[in-house]
Amino acid sequence: MRFDARVEVTLREGIADPEGATIERALPALGFSGVHEVRAGRSFRLVLDADSEAAARELAQALADRLLANPVLERAAVELAER
Amino acid sequence: MGPRVGVVVFPGTNCEYDAATALSALGADVRYVWHHSASLGDLDVVVLPGGFAHGDYLRPGAIASFSEVMGAVGEFAESGGAVLGICNGFQVLCESGLLPGALQKNAGLTFLCEQTEVEVASGDSVLTSGVSPGTRLRIPINHFAGSYVCDEATLASLRDGNQVLLRYTTNPNGSLDDIAGIANERGNVVGLMPHPERASSPLLGSTDGLVLLDALLSNVRARV
Repeated sequence: MRFDARVEVTLREGIADPEGATIERALPALGFSGVHEVRAGRSFRLVLDADSEAAARELAQALADRLLANPVLERAAVELAER
Repeated sequence: MGPRVGVVVFPGTNCEYDAATALSALGADVRYVWHHSASLGDLDVVVLPGGFAHGDYLRPGAIASFSEVMGAVGEFAESGGAVLGICNGFQVLCESGLLPGALQKNAGLTFLCEQTEVEVASGDSVLTSGVSPGTRLRIPINHFAGSYVCDEATLASLRDGNQVLLRYTTNPNGSLDDIAGIANERGNVVGLMPHPERASSPLLGSTDGLVLLDALLSNVRARV
């Protein structure tokens, strides 16, 4: 089976996010109001071959925790869709 | 012959000559170690110098931490060998788990290239043993991701174990507890964001970096 995976890496709660804070401060100047708690992150797209959705999820989470995210600062969330 | 120092070179490293020049001038026998090397040979000290290993892709130090040479550096550290990570080298040591915590983007989101003053907070390491706590040193920084971060339990254990080696007297980057440099529990693996090799000649505006590099070589000589 083949899956499209998206791994979203965001900073853990409690870790300062100067990028998100800067974006949030810039929004009112552009006329966007009522926007709060902006958090910056990164998204990775991968195509995975695996025997099941569970196996694909395990593979994506493992590689995300090992390489794509630094567990000291970040957490990785995996979304999957079968092709 | 002075202590044998291996300066590791990754693609994108750019401070290897500066580190080698400063250490050679202090009497070290310096050679370069390419990142594909699976063994270090006969060394007394490993230095991971500054730069942008692998373009800092993903995160600074992330790709470098999986290099072949880092397996050998890990074994060297495990056996008690002295390992010094400067700037990008500190980031590599944190990414590879040889030092706790991580280095995040500077609080001001700007690249900082400036003189800083640090205070020696602990002499319990191969870099600071012999340097009196409270000593203030002028050593420059040159980084975008130098804000040290760790969880509360790690910070408490760093403090309790005298593993916080250097603190900025004026925090330039938002670093937790003003931390500029730390050591592992045994004190043989050390990382710092300031560049001591860039404070190694009056021409560079400060010679204070020599205090640390000289202490490192003296401490290693004392062991041999």
